Amino acid sequence: MLIDFLYELRQRKVPVSTHEWMALMEAMALGLHESSLDGFYRLARTLCVKDIALYDAYDEAFLAYFKDIYPQALQLTEQLLEWLNDPKAFDALTAEQRKLLEGMDLEKLREMFAQRLKEQKERHDGGNRWIGTGGTSPFGTGGKNPNGMRVGGGGGRSAMAVADERRFREYRRDVVLDVRQIDVALRGLRKLGREGALEELDLDETIDKTCKNAGDIEIVFRPPRRNRVKVILMMDVGGSMDPHSELMSRLFTAASRSGRFAKFRSYYFHNCVYNTVYEDAEFRKPVQVADLLATSDRDEKLVMVGDALMHPAELLDPGGSMYLYAQARASGHEWLRRLAAHFRSAAWFNPEPDRFWPGTTIEVIASVFGMWPLTLDGLAQGVRYLVRGGQRPQVGDPSKWVKMAGGIR
Amino acid sequence: MSEAFDQFQGTASYIASEELKHAVNVAVALARPLLVRGEPGTGKTLLAENLALSLGLPLIRWHVKSTTKARDGLYVYDTVARLHDSRFGDEVDVRDIAKYIKLGPLGEALASPTRVVLLIDEIDKADLEFPNDLLHELDAMKFRIDETGKEIAAAERPIVIITSNNEKELPDAFLRRCVFHYIQFPNRELMAEIVKVHHPDITDKVLDNALEVFFGLRATPKLRKKPSTSELVDWILALKKANVDLSRVSGGIPFLGTLLKTEQDVELMGKRAKA
Repeated sequence: MLIDFLYELRQRKVPVSTHEWMALMEAMALGLHESSLDGFYRLARTLCVKDIALYDAYDEAFLAYFKDIYPQALQLTEQLLEWLNDPKAFDALTAEQRKLLEGMDLEKLREMFAQRLKEQKERHDGGNRWIGTGGTSPFGTGGKNPNGMRVGGGGGRSAMAVADERRFREYRRDVVLDVRQIDVALRGLRKLGREGALEELDLDETIDKTCKNAGDIEIVFRPPRRNRVKVILMMDVGGSMDPHSELMSRLFTAASRSGRFAKFRSYYFHNCVYNTVYEDAEFRKPVQVADLLATSDRDEKLVMVGDALMHPAELLDPGGSMYLYAQARASGHEWLRRLAAHFRSAAWFNPEPDRFWPGTTIEVIASVFGMWPLTLDGLAQGVRYLVRGGQRPQVGDPSKWVKMAGGIR
Repeated sequence: MSEAFDQFQGTASYIASEELKHAVNVAVALARPLLVRGEPGTGKTLLAENLALSLGLPLIRWHVKSTTKARDGLYVYDTVARLHDSRFGDEVDVRDIAKYIKLGPLGEALASPTRVVLLIDEIDKADLEFPNDLLHELDAMKFRIDETGKEIAAAERPIVIITSNNEKELPDAFLRRCVFHYIQFPNRELMAEIVKVHHPDITDKVLDNALEVFFGLRATPKLRKKPSTSELVDWILALKKANVDLSRVSGGIPFLGTLLKTEQDVELMGKRAKA
């Protein structure tokens, strides 16, 4: 029966392996789940879920699977509460429900409800639903003791309550991140190579040389391994990006940390890249994009960050920039394509949640740059793409935009 | 079963949550390594010390560094010492390689005639492949010293506690073999208990005030490093030593430096206090 729970978990992308499932079975055979749902909740999580980011998915799966055991009882509760307040309504219950109720002592039930109600207030307020399931527990569903309802007894809370609270939501991987998490994600962006001064003892070579010298020690040094990745970071600032400014500053903090990349440069733009980008967020130090392209190595990694949301004309019309002085002949789209064509690997991270992407200018830009949402998962995938290449995610259908703008120049 | 199962109940100086105790006991019962993760300062390393203490077993520590190799944990063949002895050593028999084999922490744990607790601290500090290199040894609990051909197998499977700070992703194959527990930041009640263990003479009122300030500070948005348990304990010690009554202090938190460790955070709190 539990095997469905395994598939419930796997369906929610919790990678439980046979190995771990067998361990769980072994543990249950040893009685480590303490014959309770709470015990099982903890045991299964500790054996099958190895990442805090997946705890929330586990909670969801647990709820989904074990709720199935409760639902009928859950429905009964509402009626039951009413009935407790107004015993005359007893007749309104179905024969089946009445039969269930006859199986228990009314006084005791009332007492339990009151107690439960009290505990609810103390533990977490507004627990409407917990009064609900709590009230049903005397029915004996869900494998608990039919008479004694273990309502938060013994200091622990019931597994369902814990799962329902979903405390681990903030650890999910598809949410936006803090500096440290970005830091960790960016660690993937590296290609080690030996360069620079001879600082490290090369033991193998030393032994080799020494042997060739017939035992006279000759010491060989070599340069230490360093990250050779060079990064250009271009960030959209102002306007629609204002809500994301905190996240952007975290990304910048993590990316610009010294010694991370062999070379790191950052530029700012507003809305879309036209002929000029800026070295500062106040747009005081302009840099011609053409110059930038001429002076940068094609092996440098281009990382674009922005919401890619704008009026279609700003992207597709030549001279579409909202700034008069920037109205050059090429469209923003053309400039982006030049950037993408110059650099061998480039990625665009978008702080806008990806469910809002389709049907906007994001579709067009995502056809130029591989685009990932600026979340832990998105960042990890984008970094992998930057290092190893691969398939770019497809967003919507950009061709309809082309028609709308009368063809892309 | 129950006698063998509920072995770990925390110790007088270490308060463990129900979930943590359960995870430890599952790991002990299944004889699998326990992987513990959590925010810095939540007592991951202390867990191993206290587990050893409460079970009355010796503790062997292995502090992993960025340069640590898996093999170093098993044994090191000290070639340089042997070379030195062969050239300059007096009356040393350099033909006996075994003399130059030094067991590492994992090797020691496996060679021990009695059961031990092995702590592999901060496994994520080392190279990405490090955990993979340990798979076989942790599974079979035995290894071979290639130079001498000697095989060392554990008489009794050691209890292995592994800590990680989430700095790197650990390989799946490694994770599959572990029992996993994430130490959550203690809630207020548990924190009160923990503080009382370290400062038994603290009055409820002082404790309440201190926790109020502490959790208020943790809830402050944009902090770079949130203060943790060990910092709270230190801070209360500082308050006690200086005889500061928190309820009478107005404007700013005394000894903020014990709680906040980065300049930006202290500055941020300064700005907030003024506002």
